[in-house]
Amino acid sequence: MAIAERSRPTGSLWNNPTARSIAWQVLTILAVVGIAGYFVHNSIVNLQRQSIATGFSFLDREAGFDIGESLIPFGPTNSYARAFLVGVLNTCEVAVLGIMFSTILGTLLGIARLSPNWLLSRLALIYVEIIRNIPLLLQLLLIYSVLNVAAPPPRSAWALLPGVFLSNRGLVIPFPSSEGSNFAIFLGLLVGIAAAIGIGLWGRRRQAVTGRHLPIFWVAIALVLGVPFLTWLASGASVQVSVPVLQGFNFTGGASLSPELTALLSGLVFYTSSYICEIVRGGILAVSHGQTEAAAALGLKRSQILRLIILPQALRIIIPPLTSQYLNLTKNSTLAVAIGFPDLVFVANTQMNQTGQAIEGMVIVMGTYLAISVTISIAMNIYNARIALKRR
Amino acid sequence: MASPANTLSWRQTQLWVRANLFSSITNSIVTLVLFYIVARLVYGFIDWAIIKAVWTAPNMRACMAASGGEGACWAFIREKWRFILFGRYPFDEQWRSALTAIILFLLTGLSFIPRFWRRELVYVWVVGVTLSVLLMFGGVFGLPFVATDLWSGLPLTLILSLFSMIFAFPLAVLLALGRRSDLPAIKMLSVVMIEFMRGVPLIAMLYMASLMLPLFLPPDVTVDKTLRALVGLTLFLAAYQAEDVRAGLQALPQGQIEAADSLGLGYWRKMRFVVLPQAITIVIPPLVSNLIGTFKNTTLVSIISLFDLLETAKQSLIDPNWRGLTSEAYLFISVIYFAVCFSMSRYSQWLENRLARGRKK
Repeated sequence: MAIAERSRPTGSLWNNPTARSIAWQVLTILAVVGIAGYFVHNSIVNLQRQSIATGFSFLDREAGFDIGESLIPFGPTNSYARAFLVGVLNTCEVAVLGIMFSTILGTLLGIARLSPNWLLSRLALIYVEIIRNIPLLLQLLLIYSVLNVAAPPPRSAWALLPGVFLSNRGLVIPFPSSEGSNFAIFLGLLVGIAAAIGIGLWGRRRQAVTGRHLPIFWVAIALVLGVPFLTWLASGASVQVSVPVLQGFNFTGGASLSPELTALLSGLVFYTSSYICEIVRGGILAVSHGQTEAAAALGLKRSQILRLIILPQALRIIIPPLTSQYLNLTKNSTLAVAIGFPDLVFVANTQMNQTGQAIEGMVIVMGTYLAISVTISIAMNIYNARIALKRR
Repeated sequence: MASPANTLSWRQTQLWVRANLFSSITNSIVTLVLFYIVARLVYGFIDWAIIKAVWTAPNMRACMAASGGEGACWAFIREKWRFILFGRYPFDEQWRSALTAIILFLLTGLSFIPRFWRRELVYVWVVGVTLSVLLMFGGVFGLPFVATDLWSGLPLTLILSLFSMIFAFPLAVLLALGRRSDLPAIKMLSVVMIEFMRGVPLIAMLYMASLMLPLFLPPDVTVDKTLRALVGLTLFLAAYQAEDVRAGLQALPQGQIEAADSLGLGYWRKMRFVVLPQAITIVIPPLVSNLIGTFKNTTLVSIISLFDLLETAKQSLIDPNWRGLTSEAYLFISVIYFAVCFSMSRYSQWLENRLARGRKK
């Protein structure tokens, strides 16, 4: 028998790489399907035992709870589906605003870290070290408690800037009112942006043909700012910005952010910007100094060096980690549930408590976040591919 | 030669100040404005936290009366520090919980020293972890039994972050190998698992672990709350660690794998003896950053009502005698979190330099 064993041809099924690989894969898939089936079976048994309904039919039912703040009208009589929509919109609102502000703050901090001014760069470093080493949830609770406990009532609100007030009712800021010529000014802004893009494209083609560099940047700035300004002048130069004014016990006018949104947004922006700061700094430092010197030798001006030589190369390094920070910010916005801002998880939490249908709630939450993650990754990947090094 | 060092350094200081703080008009303005802002903020903080602070008081009212509401009330921390650190763990048994925290800190500290990176370290960990679990549970050697729902405070935070790191690691290695595998089905499964867990927020994973895990298991099996949180943290962490390990695998020169192949090693032996030891050395610094992240992330278990350090701080505020002292409580634990995370991040930077130097040689 032993001889028969040994004389088995090497091409036997046991030693055949293809057969082995198929066997491994089939075994793995069977194991995964088996475990998944076991879980599904158990859930069905458990749900029947606790007589919990399944399926998404609850979405059409009346939600029965109110949501503190919402971008669209919502009341207790609206459906669960609408409640989830409110949650998704709130999440998106926080994500968009958070990404915008943390990019701006993070970039400024990153540049500050590289400043020749010792005090400035040290302060930026201290900021980064403190913020990065304290859990975000703790920071959110701290900010929220400061807003709720330590901040004064609207009557004696802290005026951060003219027209910007912080009180225990949240943050109020001046905001363009939506009536009158503001719409025309907004249209003017759109026209200005479109014209600037057109000029930019034309200028680039022109430079490719003639080699002459035109002051496109300033023209574009002039268009983006100038067209709305002219519209404003043409419409009678009236001021239509609604400024918050103290009236009775609270502010009227302007746009107001609730304490929850203020705390969530500022916490997320502070936290994420400390990461973006290091990314920006790393990206700028990674562009070798020879590039700057070579550009200077070609006679480019300092602003041109930064814009044409350093930034394009730094961006290539900055974009991938920046994307993951944007994704982190979006996922971190779920911490809203701890301070009571009605984001998607908050709504799902309420729904799960009311209906007991945890699986459906989690499916909606996870599906939405996966969709957001995938969308941001795709968008950033496209951008990344566009600015990537072109190998010729 | 004769010029005293003092004058020289004064001159140097002058030059330094000029070059780094007042090199141009803009720079001087920036320096002065920043100095003013910082001085005001720092003074305001010191005024609140030290000068006007109250260090001993029987309750919050006495505190407020003593400081006029303008100073911190550290008497609160004096009163509550034991609750904040050890939470609901039975008061007379809290030395066990403290000892566990010390053991876990020591184990981590020990593993940070490259000289101890050898097989014996694993045995030390096994002994240390067994000891701390025994201490926490009790029920042996005459120690009263303490159920996991009473575990709280700093020891719970440490247990959750270290144990989830340990349990996630083997899973992460498998996922990373799977993602690099030639077998399409296994590769696809690993990619889907990793991307799914990286795509959803941690709080969703924790909800899933705490709400859905009981549904997935047979009705007569109950998993306790702390263990469920640990499962959620572990799965989440495994996906992130897997990506770190994958980076290490990719950084390994192809020649190593080819050499192992030509020696006739099979897949598992090739991985065990050639690929993984090298790849894992490369990824130690990212794994330390991962540990920092996990330590911070364990605060999220307070949302699914576990008594971690953050939750005990929150609970300490419920006492009607000490209501409203949120800033004091949160600052106190912020200092703890900061001390741990900052030292680990410094260590990680030091290690990275050291390893980079080792590779350059």
